[in-house]
This record gives sequence, structure tokens and C-alpha cells, in this order.
Amino acid sequence: MELKGIKILAFGMIAEKINASEFYLKEVSNTNELLSSLNSLYPQLKEMKFTISVNRRIVNNNEPLNADSEVALLPPFSGG
Amino acid sequence: MSRFERQINLSGFGPKAQQQLQKAKVLVIGAGGLGCPVLLYLDAAGVGTLAICDGDVVAASNLNRQVIFSESDITKSKAEVAGIYLKQKYSDINIEIINKFLTVENTLQIFNAYDLIIDGSDNFQTRYMVNDACVLLNKPLVFGAVYQNEGQVAVFNVSDDNAVSSNYRDVFPNPPSENEILNCNETGVLGVLPGIIGVMMASEAIKLITGFGKALINKMLYYNLLTNTTYETEIAPNAVAKSIIPKTPEDFYKTDYTLLCGNLPSIEWSEALLLKNNTPGKVILLDVRETHEQPKLDGIETMNIPLQSLSENIEPLNTAENILVFCQSGIRSRKAVAVLRSKFLQKNIYSVAGGISKLNSTINA
Repeated sequence: MELKGIKILAFGMIAEKINASEFYLKEVSNTNELLSSLNSLYPQLKEMKFTISVNRRIVNNNEPLNADSEVALLPPFSGG
Repeated sequence: MSRFERQINLSGFGPKAQQQLQKAKVLVIGAGGLGCPVLLYLDAAGVGTLAICDGDVVAASNLNRQVIFSESDITKSKAEVAGIYLKQKYSDINIEIINKFLTVENTLQIFNAYDLIIDGSDNFQTRYMVNDACVLLNKPLVFGAVYQNEGQVAVFNVSDDNAVSSNYRDVFPNPPSENEILNCNETGVLGVLPGIIGVMMASEAIKLITGFGKALINKMLYYNLLTNTTYETEIAPNAVAKSIIPKTPEDFYKTDYTLLCGNLPSIEWSEALLLKNNTPGKVILLDVRETHEQPKLDGIETMNIPLQSLSENIEPLNTAENILVFCQSGIRSRKAVAVLRSKFLQKNIYSVAGGISKLNSTINA
């Protein structure tokens, strides 16, 4: 079976900017690598603020990722 | 027969939970798309004291989602219309109307009177201010926000079983920059989305007050209307967030949330010149360009203090009520506004949009 890579979920304006709410990224072993990979794939994300959640826990530091990891890119909303 | 019979009869809820609701004092910030359903359901559920804080008036474009208001309410105060509406529904609820916007000056005082705060505001400035005030005063906060077809719900500043509590800044330590910010007024929204998120917020409030079920403590829920999917993530306190939040009321009063959220107040040349002419002696038109820069403003009194040396030379500005700052293109004036706002908390300080270049292009056009 071919590995699809790490599952990434995108929300709000992040999903809008990259035109996908779910995609896969290969060859990233931690969240720092994931961020630089995202920045080169989607330069439009560079100016966006978002928080990263790994396996449904928000992470603030560089976090290791493996094939089973699920990552979410979470932007803040302000509307009401 | 009580109007609460159906919830008192609900297994696990009962008369004690109903009494807790009756004793609760809840402040709802914003009577908008989120605030309307929050207010309607907490009023119906029997929350004893319900306060509505909103300084805005009803507009026609609100009516698709702000379901308390009617066409005949357009231009009327949201807090007052909502208050009157909710009061006539039930006789057993104490409704308080706060017809004003929250500011660093009034927030702590207003919050002190309530034991639960619900944030249904529509801008980051208010959201960060409300969060920081709740942390400072140790008040539980029910948070909800929407963007296009998605919503977020969370409960902040409430300890879990392990005595751990988190807040908005643990998720998003700093606000997004100005150019990222969009609200419902700009992006559009179906009324049902804030309806769903608002009802979720009301339900979190009822759970917090009564201990019924499990509230979203240290969790944030994302909801997508188009796909009917939810995503829930855990939040942990982080040191960065803790270091940014004002530690004392004095620090809080000094925090400029407008600036923090990149919303620098600006004014157009037409308004600036009108203000200068109509209120003589109260307005200073401040040129923050270097003294040699041209063109000067012909026939209009200005003061010149270059941006570089502005913070050491603010005395001449002491007497003005309004300071309108301009430069060549509107960039340095924005920096100057940031400097001046930290020095003069009571003055109205604006950057004149586009600077001298804009004025000249307007005149030449």
C-alpha cells in the first residue's frame, strides 16, 4: 500500500487560501518541517495567523509527526 | 405548573439546576447574530439576571441573522430593543440593558457584576479585551465566533478536574494582522450559522452554570455548516499567552486593543479639513515628515514634528483635543498615531489616510 503522507485538515480562511479542506503531505517529520513545507507549497499562507493542532491537541513547540499523525491548521474567527 | 417543567423533569437536570439558573448573573456581549440566539434561549431557560451589552443600532443588513429585531427596529439601539423584547416575554427574568460598547475604561467595572461572560462580539479587538478582562477578574467566558460557513465555540478560564484552565490567548496568543481581518459585514453569512453557534454557546452556558453534562473546558470546537462536520481540539496553557495578558487593572487600562488588533483609526482629508475648520483651537494638524519635505499644506495651520523625534517632542500637542496626523503617503502618520496613542490616552488621534499625495491627487482630479 502506498503511503499517502500526513493528513492535514484546514479550516476557515486557510482552507480558502489553499482551496482544500483536507490534503496530505509527505516527507515531513515534525511541525517545523511541516510549516516550511506549507510555506513553499502555499506562499499565500505566509501572512496568515493560524494555530497547529496535532492529533487534536494544540501544539506550541516543534512537535514530531509520524505517518498516523493528523494535523489541523486552525485560524481564529472574529465574526458574530 | 411552571414554565420550566420540561427541563426540571429532564433526567440529570432537575429543580436544583433550575435554581442555579435562577441565581445566575450572565452578561452577553453583542446582541448580534450570536447574541440574539444566546439571549433568546437563556431568557427562556430561566437565567435569573441577563445583561445585554451592545452600543450599536439595528441595520437592515442585520435582519437575516439577528432574529430578535424587526424592520421597524432599524436605527434603534440593539441593547434597548432586545431588552424590551425579552422583558415582555417572561416576568421572572431580570433584564439589564447596557447600551454601550466595551472599552478598556468600562470593561472591568461592567464585568464585576456578573458571574459568567458570553462573548458574541464581532471583532478581534473586543474579543482579546474580553478574554484578558476575564482572565484578570477570573470570570468564566463562553466564546463563540463565525467566519463564512464555519464557527468556533469554547469555554475559557474554567478549571478542569486537574485544576488546569486555559483561555483564548492559549489558542491564538496574538491577533491577526489588519489585512487578514474580515467580519460578517464584509464576507457574508447565512443567518442559520450564528444561530447554530449561538445556541451552542447558550448550551455551554447552561452546562457551566448547572454542572450538567460536559462543557467545552480546555477545548475548542469547530463546526462546518456546509459539511455538517465538527472538529474538536484540546487546549493547553502556554507560557507565551500568560506573559502577554495584563496582570493588573492598571496594566489593563493601559493596553491599547485597537492598536493591538491593527485597527488604527484613520480619517479622510475631507473630514480632517472640516474638523479643523469647524472646531478652531481644538484640532492640531500634525505633519510628521522631515522639515524639508514638500509640498507644504497651503493656507492651513499645521505643526511639524518629524516622526523620528516625535516621542521626545510631544509637549506642543498637550492642548489639543484632536490630533490629525499626516505625512507624504500615510505610512509614517500611522506609526506616529501608534506613538501618540501610547502617550495621550484621552485624545482623539487619527492618521489622515493617504497623506499629502492623496490630498494633491484629490485636488488635481
